[in-house]
Amino acid sequence: MEKPIYFDYLATTPVDPRVVEKMVHCLSIEGNFGNPASRSHLYGWKAEEAVENGRRQVADLIKADPREIVWTSGATESDNLAIKGAAHFYVKKGKHIVTSKIEHKAVLDTCRQLEREGFEVTYLDPGSNGLITPEAVSAALREDTVLVTIMHANNEIGTVNDIAGIGEVTRAAGVLFHVDAAQSAGKVVIDMENMKVDLLSMSGHKMYGPKGIGVLYVRRKPRVRLEAQMHGGGHERGMRSGTLPTHQIVGMGEAAHVAQEGMELEAVRLKALRRRFWDGIKDIEEVHINGDDIHRLPGALNVSIAFVEGESLIMSLKDLAVSSGSACTSASLEPSYVLRALGLSDELAHSSLRFSFGRFTTDDDVDAAVAQLRTAVEKLRDLSPLWDMFKDGVDLNSIEWAAH
Amino acid sequence: MAYSDKVLDHYENPRNVGKLDADDESVGTGMVGAPACGDVMRLQIKVNADGIIEDAKFKTYGCGSAIASSSLLTEWVKGKNLDEAEQIRNTEIAEELALPPVKIHCSVLAEDAIKAAVKDLREKRSR
Repeated sequence: MEKPIYFDYLATTPVDPRVVEKMVHCLSIEGNFGNPASRSHLYGWKAEEAVENGRRQVADLIKADPREIVWTSGATESDNLAIKGAAHFYVKKGKHIVTSKIEHKAVLDTCRQLEREGFEVTYLDPGSNGLITPEAVSAALREDTVLVTIMHANNEIGTVNDIAGIGEVTRAAGVLFHVDAAQSAGKVVIDMENMKVDLLSMSGHKMYGPKGIGVLYVRRKPRVRLEAQMHGGGHERGMRSGTLPTHQIVGMGEAAHVAQEGMELEAVRLKALRRRFWDGIKDIEEVHINGDDIHRLPGALNVSIAFVEGESLIMSLKDLAVSSGSACTSASLEPSYVLRALGLSDELAHSSLRFSFGRFTTDDDVDAAVAQLRTAVEKLRDLSPLWDMFKDGVDLNSIEWAAH
Repeated sequence: MAYSDKVLDHYENPRNVGKLDADDESVGTGMVGAPACGDVMRLQIKVNADGIIEDAKFKTYGCGSAIASSSLLTEWVKGKNLDEAEQIRNTEIAEELALPPVKIHCSVLAEDAIKAAVKDLREKRSR
Protein backbone atom coordinates (compact mmCIF):
# COMPACT_ATOMS: atom_id res chain seq x y z
CA MET A 1 0.00 0.00 0.00
CA GLU A 2 1.28 3.41 -0.93
CA LYS A 3 1.55 5.68 2.06
CA PRO A 4 -0.63 8.79 2.20
CA ILE A 5 1.04 12.15 1.59
CA TYR A 6 2.06 13.64 4.92
CA PHE A 7 0.39 16.95 5.83
CA ASP A 8 0.66 16.68 9.61
CA TYR A 9 4.00 18.33 10.40
CA LEU A 10 2.47 20.01 13.47
CA ALA A 11 1.80 16.57 14.94
CA THR A 12 5.35 15.43 14.42
CA THR A 13 8.15 15.58 11.86
CA PRO A 14 10.36 12.87 10.42
CA VAL A 15 13.94 13.00 11.64
CA ASP A 16 16.11 14.80 9.10
CA PRO A 17 18.66 12.41 7.48
CA ARG A 18 21.51 14.71 8.58
CA VAL A 19 20.27 14.31 12.15
CA VAL A 20 19.96 10.53 11.89
CA GLU A 21 23.54 10.39 10.63
CA LYS A 22 24.81 12.13 13.80
CA MET A 23 22.62 10.09 16.13
CA VAL A 24 23.62 6.64 15.00
CA HIS A 25 27.20 7.29 16.05
CA CYS A 26 26.19 7.62 19.69
CA LEU A 27 24.79 4.16 20.38
CA SER A 28 26.97 1.13 19.81
CA ILE A 29 30.26 -0.12 21.23
CA GLU A 30 32.09 1.42 18.26
CA GLY A 31 30.31 4.73 18.84
CA ASN A 32 30.02 7.44 21.46
CA PHE A 33 27.95 5.42 23.94
CA GLY A 34 29.46 6.54 27.24
CA ASN A 35 27.62 8.11 30.14
CA PRO A 36 28.13 11.86 29.91
CA ALA A 37 28.33 11.94 33.71
CA SER A 38 31.30 9.55 33.84
CA ARG A 39 34.25 11.72 34.81
CA SER A 40 36.91 9.04 35.11
CA HIS A 41 37.46 7.91 31.53
CA LEU A 42 37.46 8.85 27.86
CA TYR A 43 34.01 7.37 27.16
CA GLY A 44 32.42 9.79 29.57
CA TRP A 45 34.45 12.76 28.37
CA LYS A 46 33.55 12.14 24.72
CA ALA A 47 29.87 11.78 25.56
CA GLU A 48 29.93 14.95 27.63
CA GLU A 49 31.57 16.77 24.75
CA ALA A 50 28.76 15.67 22.41
CA VAL A 51 26.10 16.72 24.93
CA GLU A 52 27.68 20.13 25.40
CA ASN A 53 27.94 20.58 21.64
CA GLY A 54 24.21 19.85 21.34
CA ARG A 55 23.51 22.28 24.15
CA ARG A 56 25.41 25.01 22.33
CA GLN A 57 23.56 24.29 19.08
CA VAL A 58 20.16 24.63 20.77
CA ALA A 59 21.29 27.74 22.65
CA ASP A 60 22.45 29.30 19.36
CA LEU A 61 19.04 28.71 17.78
CA ILE A 62 17.33 30.85 20.41
CA LYS A 63 20.26 33.23 21.13
CA ALA A 64 20.72 31.93 24.65
CA ASP A 65 23.67 30.95 26.84
CA PRO A 66 24.30 27.16 26.77
CA ARG A 67 24.11 27.19 30.58
CA GLU A 68 20.46 28.21 30.26
CA ILE A 69 19.54 24.98 28.48
CA VAL A 70 18.08 22.09 30.54
CA TRP A 71 17.50 18.76 28.78
CA THR A 72 14.16 17.07 29.36
CA SER A 73 12.17 14.25 27.77
CA GLY A 74 10.06 16.62 25.67
CA ALA A 75 7.94 19.74 25.72
CA THR A 76 5.36 18.18 28.04
CA GLU A 77 8.01 17.64 30.70
CA SER A 78 9.46 21.10 30.03
CA ASP A 79 6.02 22.66 30.57
CA ASN A 80 5.52 20.70 33.79
CA LEU A 81 8.95 21.61 35.10
CA ALA A 82 8.57 25.29 34.23
CA ILE A 83 5.06 25.78 35.58
CA LYS A 84 5.07 23.55 38.67
CA GLY A 85 8.73 24.28 39.32
CA ALA A 86 8.29 28.05 39.31
CA ALA A 87 4.91 28.02 41.08
CA HIS A 88 6.28 25.89 43.89
CA PHE A 89 9.55 27.76 44.25
CA TYR A 90 7.92 31.19 44.37
CA VAL A 91 4.80 30.16 46.28
CA LYS A 92 5.53 32.67 49.08
CA LYS A 93 5.28 35.47 46.53
CA GLY A 94 1.77 34.55 45.49
CA LYS A 95 -0.49 31.85 44.15
CA HIS A 96 -1.96 33.34 40.98
CA ILE A 97 -1.12 32.17 37.46
CA VAL A 98 -2.23 33.56 34.09
CA THR A 99 -2.57 31.39 31.01
CA SER A 100 -4.93 31.08 28.02
CA LYS A 101 -7.76 28.80 26.99
CA ILE A 102 -5.95 27.66 23.87
CA GLU A 103 -2.77 26.34 25.46
CA HIS A 104 -1.63 22.80 24.87
CA LYS A 105 -2.95 20.23 27.34
CA ALA A 106 0.53 19.95 28.84
CA VAL A 107 0.07 23.50 30.11
CA LEU A 108 -3.67 23.37 30.86
CA ASP A 109 -3.56 20.13 32.80
CA THR A 110 -0.53 21.30 34.74
CA CYS A 111 -2.43 24.46 35.68
CA ARG A 112 -5.41 22.33 36.72
CA GLN A 113 -3.13 20.35 39.00
CA LEU A 114 -1.89 23.57 40.61
CA GLU A 115 -5.52 24.64 41.11
CA ARG A 116 -6.07 21.43 43.04
CA GLU A 117 -3.09 22.43 45.18
CA GLY A 118 -4.66 25.79 45.98
CA PHE A 119 -3.34 28.05 43.22
CA GLU A 120 -5.69 30.34 41.30
CA VAL A 121 -5.49 30.34 37.51
CA THR A 122 -6.89 32.89 35.07
CA TYR A 123 -7.60 31.44 31.61
CA LEU A 124 -7.54 34.22 29.02
CA ASP A 125 -9.86 34.12 26.02
CA PRO A 126 -8.09 34.60 22.69
CA GLY A 127 -9.44 37.08 20.18
CA SER A 128 -11.53 35.62 17.37
CA ASN A 129 -8.23 35.59 15.42
CA GLY A 130 -6.75 33.22 18.00
CA LEU A 131 -4.21 35.70 19.38
CA ILE A 132 -3.46 36.55 23.01
CA THR A 133 -2.43 40.20 23.23
CA PRO A 134 0.00 41.85 25.68
CA GLU A 135 -2.91 44.09 26.70
CA ALA A 136 -5.03 41.09 27.68
CA VAL A 137 -2.17 39.70 29.75
CA SER A 138 -1.57 43.05 31.39
CA ALA A 139 -5.22 43.36 32.39
CA ALA A 140 -5.16 39.93 34.05
CA LEU A 141 -2.12 40.55 36.29
CA ARG A 142 -2.69 40.86 40.05
CA GLU A 143 -0.59 41.62 43.10
CA ASP A 144 -0.20 37.91 43.77
CA THR A 145 0.52 36.81 40.17
CA VAL A 146 3.72 34.78 40.05
CA LEU A 147 3.68 33.32 36.56
CA VAL A 148 2.30 33.95 33.09
CA THR A 149 2.38 31.00 30.68
CA ILE A 150 1.39 31.68 27.07
CA MET A 151 2.25 29.61 24.01
CA HIS A 152 4.28 31.04 21.15
CA ALA A 153 2.52 29.20 18.29
CA ASN A 154 -0.74 27.32 18.63
CA ASN A 155 -0.65 23.65 17.71
CA GLU A 156 -4.11 23.53 16.13
CA ILE A 157 -4.47 26.76 14.22
CA GLY A 158 -0.81 27.78 13.84
CA THR A 159 -1.25 31.36 15.06
CA VAL A 160 1.84 33.06 16.53
CA ASN A 161 1.56 35.26 19.62
CA ASP A 162 3.57 38.41 20.29
CA ILE A 163 5.76 36.96 23.03
CA ALA A 164 8.17 39.90 22.83
CA GLY A 165 5.27 42.23 23.67
CA ILE A 166 3.95 40.00 26.45
CA GLY A 167 7.48 39.76 27.88
CA GLU A 168 7.65 43.55 28.22
CA VAL A 169 4.45 43.48 30.27
CA THR A 170 5.50 40.65 32.58
CA ARG A 171 9.03 41.91 33.16
CA ALA A 172 7.76 45.39 34.04
CA ALA A 173 5.38 43.79 36.53
CA GLY A 174 8.04 41.52 38.01
CA VAL A 175 6.15 38.38 36.99
CA LEU A 176 7.82 35.31 35.48
CA PHE A 177 6.96 34.50 31.86
CA HIS A 178 6.96 30.94 30.50
CA VAL A 179 6.48 30.26 26.79
CA ASP A 180 5.58 26.92 25.25
CA ALA A 181 7.54 27.15 21.99
CA ALA A 182 7.15 23.51 20.94
CA GLN A 183 5.52 24.51 17.64
CA SER A 184 7.57 27.60 16.84
CA ALA A 185 11.17 26.65 17.67
CA GLY A 186 13.18 26.26 14.49
CA LYS A 187 10.40 27.77 12.38
CA VAL A 188 10.23 31.40 13.44
CA VAL A 189 12.80 33.65 15.15
CA ILE A 190 13.16 33.20 18.91
CA ASP A 191 15.66 35.57 20.48
CA MET A 192 16.31 35.25 24.19
CA GLU A 193 18.73 38.23 24.09
CA ASN A 194 15.90 40.56 23.20
CA MET A 195 12.70 38.80 24.27
CA LYS A 196 11.97 39.06 27.98
CA VAL A 197 11.02 35.43 28.34
CA ASP A 198 12.12 33.65 31.52
CA LEU A 199 11.31 30.03 30.71
CA LEU A 200 10.80 28.46 27.28
CA SER A 201 9.84 24.89 26.33
CA MET A 202 11.02 23.19 23.15
CA SER A 203 10.53 19.77 21.61
CA GLY A 204 12.91 17.74 19.46
CA HIS A 205 10.39 15.96 17.30
CA LYS A 206 8.57 19.07 16.09
CA MET A 207 11.76 20.33 14.44
CA TYR A 208 13.01 17.25 12.58
CA GLY A 209 14.80 15.85 15.60
CA PRO A 210 13.96 12.68 17.53
CA LYS A 211 11.03 12.10 19.86
CA GLY A 212 11.71 11.75 23.57
CA ILE A 213 13.92 14.81 23.91
CA GLY A 214 13.11 18.40 24.75
CA VAL A 215 14.57 21.47 26.32
CA LEU A 216 13.59 23.94 28.97
CA TYR A 217 15.36 27.27 28.66
CA VAL A 218 15.85 28.74 32.14
CA ARG A 219 17.06 32.36 32.20
CA ARG A 220 20.20 33.21 34.18
CA LYS A 221 19.94 37.01 34.12
CA PRO A 222 17.72 37.83 35.91
CA ARG A 223 18.02 34.44 37.49
CA VAL A 224 15.03 32.12 37.51
CA ARG A 225 14.84 29.32 40.05
CA LEU A 226 12.78 26.17 39.95
CA GLU A 227 11.83 23.37 42.25
CA ALA A 228 12.96 20.13 40.59
CA GLN A 229 10.26 17.64 39.61
CA MET A 230 12.63 14.75 38.98
CA HIS A 231 15.06 13.94 41.76
CA GLY A 232 18.17 11.80 41.54
CA GLY A 233 21.77 12.31 40.53
CA GLY A 234 21.59 16.07 40.35
CA HIS A 235 22.06 16.33 36.61
CA GLU A 236 21.30 19.59 34.79
CA ARG A 237 22.34 21.68 37.81
CA GLY A 238 19.85 19.86 39.97
CA MET A 239 16.87 20.93 37.91
CA ARG A 240 16.36 17.61 36.13
CA SER A 241 18.04 14.43 37.25
CA GLY A 242 18.45 11.43 34.98
CA THR A 243 21.25 10.13 32.76
CA LEU A 244 21.50 12.30 29.67
CA PRO A 245 20.57 10.44 26.46
CA THR A 246 23.55 11.34 24.28
CA HIS A 247 22.04 10.23 20.97
CA GLN A 248 18.80 12.17 21.55
CA ILE A 249 20.68 15.28 22.60
CA VAL A 250 23.03 15.09 19.63
CA GLY A 251 19.94 14.69 17.46
CA MET A 252 18.09 17.68 18.86
CA GLY A 253 21.28 19.75 18.70
CA GLU A 254 21.85 18.93 15.05
CA ALA A 255 18.16 19.50 14.29
CA ALA A 256 18.44 22.97 15.84
CA HIS A 257 21.55 23.67 13.77
CA VAL A 258 19.91 22.56 10.51
CA ALA A 259 16.76 24.54 11.30
CA GLN A 260 18.72 27.69 12.10
CA GLU A 261 20.77 27.56 8.91
CA GLY A 262 17.76 27.18 6.62
CA MET A 263 15.10 29.06 8.57
CA GLU A 264 14.61 32.10 6.35
CA LEU A 265 14.55 30.26 3.05
CA GLU A 266 12.36 27.49 4.42
CA ALA A 267 9.86 30.01 5.77
CA VAL A 268 9.57 31.59 2.32
CA ARG A 269 9.14 28.18 0.70
CA LEU A 270 6.50 27.03 3.19
CA LYS A 271 4.55 30.26 2.89
CA ALA A 272 4.49 29.76 -0.88
CA LEU A 273 3.18 26.20 -0.43
CA ARG A 274 0.52 27.44 1.95
CA ARG A 275 -0.54 30.13 -0.52
CA ARG A 276 -0.58 27.60 -3.37
CA PHE A 277 -2.87 25.39 -1.30
CA TRP A 278 -5.19 28.21 -0.28
CA ASP A 279 -5.34 29.58 -3.84
CA GLY A 280 -6.40 26.10 -4.92
CA ILE A 281 -9.32 25.85 -2.51
CA LYS A 282 -10.43 29.38 -1.67
CA ASP A 283 -13.12 29.50 -4.36
CA ILE A 284 -14.96 26.55 -2.75
CA GLU A 285 -18.09 28.07 -1.24
CA GLU A 286 -18.17 28.58 2.53
CA VAL A 287 -14.53 27.82 3.29
CA HIS A 288 -12.98 29.79 6.15
CA ILE A 289 -9.45 30.09 7.55
CA ASN A 290 -9.35 29.62 11.34
CA GLY A 291 -6.99 31.96 13.16
CA ASP A 292 -5.13 35.09 12.15
CA ASP A 293 -3.92 35.04 8.56
CA ILE A 294 -0.83 37.20 9.11
CA HIS A 295 0.56 36.06 12.46
CA ARG A 296 0.91 32.38 11.76
CA LEU A 297 3.49 29.67 11.24
CA PRO A 298 4.68 29.60 7.63
CA GLY A 299 3.50 26.04 7.00
CA ALA A 300 0.24 25.77 8.93
CA LEU A 301 -3.34 26.25 7.82
CA ASN A 302 -6.57 25.36 9.61
CA VAL A 303 -9.74 25.63 7.57
CA SER A 304 -13.42 25.00 8.24
CA ILE A 305 -15.46 23.72 5.34
CA ALA A 306 -19.10 24.31 6.20
CA PHE A 307 -21.76 21.60 5.75
CA VAL A 308 -19.33 18.71 5.65
CA GLU A 309 -18.21 16.87 8.74
CA GLY A 310 -14.47 16.63 9.48
CA GLU A 311 -14.15 12.92 10.09
CA SER A 312 -15.99 11.87 6.97
CA LEU A 313 -13.91 14.39 5.07
CA ILE A 314 -10.75 12.74 6.37
CA MET A 315 -12.16 9.36 5.34
CA SER A 316 -12.51 10.71 1.82
CA LEU A 317 -8.97 12.06 1.88
CA LYS A 318 -7.46 8.66 2.42
CA ASP A 319 -4.35 9.49 0.38
CA LEU A 320 -3.64 12.49 2.61
CA ALA A 321 -2.50 12.44 6.23
CA VAL A 322 -4.23 15.42 7.87
CA SER A 323 -5.93 16.05 11.19
CA SER A 324 -9.31 17.46 12.14
CA GLY A 325 -10.79 19.46 14.99
CA SER A 326 -13.90 17.35 14.72
CA ALA A 327 -15.16 15.54 17.76
CA CYS A 328 -15.40 12.32 15.86
CA THR A 329 -11.65 11.97 15.53
CA SER A 330 -11.21 12.14 19.29
CA ALA A 331 -12.25 9.71 21.96
CA SER A 332 -14.16 12.36 23.88
CA LEU A 333 -16.61 13.36 21.11
CA GLU A 334 -16.04 16.98 22.09
CA PRO A 335 -15.08 19.33 19.27
CA SER A 336 -11.76 21.14 19.54
CA TYR A 337 -11.57 23.38 22.62
CA VAL A 338 -9.22 25.67 20.71
CA LEU A 339 -11.70 26.33 17.91
CA ARG A 340 -14.49 26.75 20.46
CA ALA A 341 -12.41 29.33 22.32
CA LEU A 342 -12.13 31.31 19.07
CA GLY A 343 -15.91 31.57 19.11
CA LEU A 344 -16.46 29.08 16.29
CA SER A 345 -19.81 27.33 16.31
CA ASP A 346 -19.73 23.64 17.15
CA GLU A 347 -20.75 23.02 13.58
CA LEU A 348 -17.74 24.80 12.09
CA ALA A 349 -15.48 23.19 14.66
CA HIS A 350 -16.76 19.80 13.49
CA SER A 351 -15.97 20.82 9.92
CA SER A 352 -12.33 21.81 10.45
CA LEU A 353 -9.18 20.41 8.91
CA ARG A 354 -5.58 21.14 9.80
CA PHE A 355 -3.02 21.01 7.00
CA SER A 356 0.60 21.48 7.99
CA PHE A 357 3.35 21.59 5.42
CA GLY A 358 7.00 20.89 6.13
CA ARG A 359 10.52 20.28 4.92
CA PHE A 360 9.61 17.41 2.63
CA THR A 361 6.37 18.81 1.16
CA THR A 362 6.48 19.59 -2.57
CA ASP A 363 4.33 21.59 -5.00
CA ASP A 364 3.04 18.30 -6.41
CA ASP A 365 1.97 17.18 -2.94
CA VAL A 366 0.00 20.39 -2.50
CA ASP A 367 -1.63 20.07 -5.92
CA ALA A 368 -2.69 16.51 -5.11
CA ALA A 369 -4.18 17.70 -1.82
CA VAL A 370 -6.14 20.46 -3.54
CA ALA A 371 -7.56 18.06 -6.13
CA GLN A 372 -8.57 15.44 -3.56
CA LEU A 373 -10.06 17.98 -1.20
CA ARG A 374 -12.20 19.48 -3.96
CA THR A 375 -13.49 16.06 -5.01
CA ALA A 376 -14.23 15.06 -1.42
CA VAL A 377 -16.07 18.26 -0.57
CA GLU A 378 -18.22 17.94 -3.66
CA LYS A 379 -19.06 14.32 -2.84
CA LEU A 380 -19.91 15.01 0.80
CA ARG A 381 -21.95 18.09 0.02
CA ASP A 382 -24.01 16.01 -2.38
CA LEU A 383 -24.65 13.79 0.65
CA SER A 384 -25.30 16.62 3.09
CA PRO A 385 -28.85 17.66 4.03
CA LEU A 386 -27.37 20.86 5.47
CA TRP A 387 -25.88 21.78 2.12
CA ASP A 388 -29.31 21.22 0.50
CA MET A 389 -30.89 23.53 3.02
CA PHE A 390 -28.18 26.14 2.60
CA LYS A 391 -28.70 26.04 -1.16
CA ASP A 392 -32.47 26.33 -0.67
CA GLY A 393 -31.87 29.46 1.40
CA VAL A 394 -32.90 27.93 4.72
CA ASP A 395 -31.26 29.59 7.73
CA LEU A 396 -29.90 26.67 9.73
CA ASN A 397 -30.02 28.73 12.91
CA SER A 398 -33.77 29.13 12.51
CA ILE A 399 -34.34 25.41 12.93
CA GLU A 400 -34.92 23.84 16.31
CA TRP A 401 -32.51 20.95 16.31
CA ALA A 402 -32.98 18.13 18.73
CA ALA A 403 -29.64 17.82 20.50
CA HIS A 404 -28.64 14.27 21.18
CA MET B 1 -9.80 4.58 13.39
CA ALA B 2 -10.24 1.34 11.51
CA TYR B 3 -13.68 0.90 9.98
CA SER B 4 -15.28 -2.38 9.01
CA ASP B 5 -15.44 -3.24 5.33
CA LYS B 6 -19.21 -2.78 5.40
CA VAL B 7 -18.94 0.78 6.71
CA LEU B 8 -16.34 1.54 4.08
CA ASP B 9 -18.50 0.04 1.35
CA HIS B 10 -21.54 2.12 2.30
CA TYR B 11 -19.35 5.17 2.70
CA GLU B 12 -17.66 4.74 -0.69
CA ASN B 13 -20.87 3.73 -2.48
CA PRO B 14 -23.78 5.14 -0.51
CA ARG B 15 -27.14 3.67 -1.56
CA ASN B 16 -30.25 5.71 -2.23
CA VAL B 17 -28.79 9.17 -1.82
CA GLY B 18 -31.26 11.86 -2.64
CA LYS B 19 -34.41 13.71 -1.86
CA LEU B 20 -38.11 12.97 -2.26
CA ASP B 21 -40.83 15.61 -2.42
CA ALA B 22 -41.63 16.24 1.24
CA ASP B 23 -45.05 17.65 0.33
CA ASP B 24 -46.13 14.44 -1.42
CA GLU B 25 -48.87 12.72 0.61
CA SER B 26 -47.17 9.35 0.16
CA VAL B 27 -43.78 10.57 1.43
CA GLY B 28 -42.69 10.62 5.07
CA THR B 29 -39.66 12.67 6.13
CA GLY B 30 -37.57 12.21 9.25
CA MET B 31 -34.84 14.70 10.06
CA VAL B 32 -32.88 13.99 13.23
CA GLY B 33 -29.65 15.09 14.88
CA ALA B 34 -28.12 18.56 15.08
CA PRO B 35 -25.27 20.30 13.28
CA ALA B 36 -23.72 21.18 16.63
CA CYS B 37 -23.48 17.50 17.52
CA GLY B 38 -21.77 16.70 14.25
CA ASP B 39 -24.51 14.65 12.62
CA VAL B 40 -27.81 15.32 10.89
CA MET B 41 -29.76 12.64 9.02
CA ARG B 42 -32.64 13.19 6.65
CA LEU B 43 -34.46 9.97 5.81
CA GLN B 44 -37.45 9.86 3.47
CA ILE B 45 -39.75 6.97 2.63
CA LYS B 46 -42.42 6.67 -0.05
CA VAL B 47 -45.25 4.17 0.38
CA ASN B 48 -47.49 2.69 -2.28
CA ALA B 49 -51.25 2.11 -2.08
CA ASP B 50 -50.70 -1.15 -0.17
CA GLY B 51 -48.76 0.63 2.54
CA ILE B 52 -45.45 -0.88 1.46
CA ILE B 53 -42.31 1.27 1.38
CA GLU B 54 -41.36 1.30 -2.27
CA ASP B 55 -38.64 3.92 -2.16
CA ALA B 56 -36.30 5.42 0.43
CA LYS B 57 -33.77 8.23 0.15
CA PHE B 58 -31.33 9.80 2.57
CA LYS B 59 -28.82 12.54 3.01
CA THR B 60 -26.51 12.64 6.01
CA TYR B 61 -24.09 15.16 7.42
CA GLY B 62 -21.83 13.25 9.77
CA CYS B 63 -19.01 10.81 10.18
CA GLY B 64 -18.52 7.67 8.11
CA SER B 65 -20.55 5.55 10.54
CA ALA B 66 -23.49 7.93 10.38
CA ILE B 67 -23.45 7.88 6.58
CA ALA B 68 -23.18 4.09 6.50
CA SER B 69 -25.98 3.64 9.10
CA SER B 70 -28.41 5.72 7.10
CA SER B 71 -27.39 4.16 3.78
CA LEU B 72 -27.93 0.66 5.18
CA LEU B 73 -31.28 1.67 6.64
CA THR B 74 -32.61 2.80 3.24
CA GLU B 75 -31.80 -0.66 1.89
CA TRP B 76 -33.51 -2.40 4.79
CA VAL B 77 -36.77 -0.45 4.82
CA LYS B 78 -37.60 -0.99 1.16
CA GLY B 79 -40.35 -3.61 0.78
CA LYS B 80 -41.37 -3.34 4.42
CA ASN B 81 -44.65 -1.93 5.70
CA LEU B 82 -44.63 0.89 8.25
CA ASP B 83 -45.03 -1.38 11.28
CA GLU B 84 -42.13 -3.52 10.17
CA ALA B 85 -39.96 -0.49 9.42
CA GLU B 86 -40.60 0.85 12.90
CA GLN B 87 -39.35 -2.39 14.38
CA ILE B 88 -35.79 -1.92 13.10
CA ARG B 89 -33.51 -1.58 16.09
CA ASN B 90 -30.26 0.33 16.31
CA THR B 91 -28.56 -2.78 17.66
CA GLU B 92 -29.23 -4.57 14.37
CA ILE B 93 -27.64 -1.73 12.43
CA ALA B 94 -24.67 -1.56 14.78
CA GLU B 95 -24.19 -5.30 14.51
CA GLU B 96 -24.46 -5.42 10.73
CA LEU B 97 -21.89 -2.61 10.36
CA ALA B 98 -19.71 -3.79 13.27
CA LEU B 99 -19.73 -0.28 14.74
CA PRO B 100 -17.29 0.33 17.60
CA PRO B 101 -18.86 1.42 20.94
CA VAL B 102 -17.96 5.08 20.38
CA LYS B 103 -20.06 5.05 17.17
CA ILE B 104 -23.20 3.36 18.53
CA HIS B 105 -24.93 6.74 18.66
CA CYS B 106 -24.85 6.80 14.83
CA SER B 107 -27.05 3.71 14.71
CA VAL B 108 -29.34 5.21 17.36
CA LEU B 109 -29.74 8.24 15.15
CA ALA B 110 -30.68 6.01 12.20
CA GLU B 111 -33.36 4.31 14.28
CA ASP B 112 -34.66 7.72 15.32
CA ALA B 113 -34.72 8.77 11.67
CA ILE B 114 -36.93 5.92 10.45
CA LYS B 115 -39.26 6.37 13.43
CA ALA B 116 -39.56 10.07 12.65
CA ALA B 117 -40.24 9.37 8.97
CA VAL B 118 -42.98 6.84 9.80
CA LYS B 119 -44.52 9.24 12.30
CA ASP B 120 -44.53 12.04 9.73
CA LEU B 121 -46.30 9.80 7.21
CA ARG B 122 -48.90 8.64 9.72
CA GLU B 123 -49.66 12.22 10.72
CA LYS B 124 -50.10 13.17 7.09
CA ARG B 125 -52.53 10.31 6.56
CA SER B 126 -54.60 11.01 9.65
CA ARG B 127 -55.27 14.55 8.50
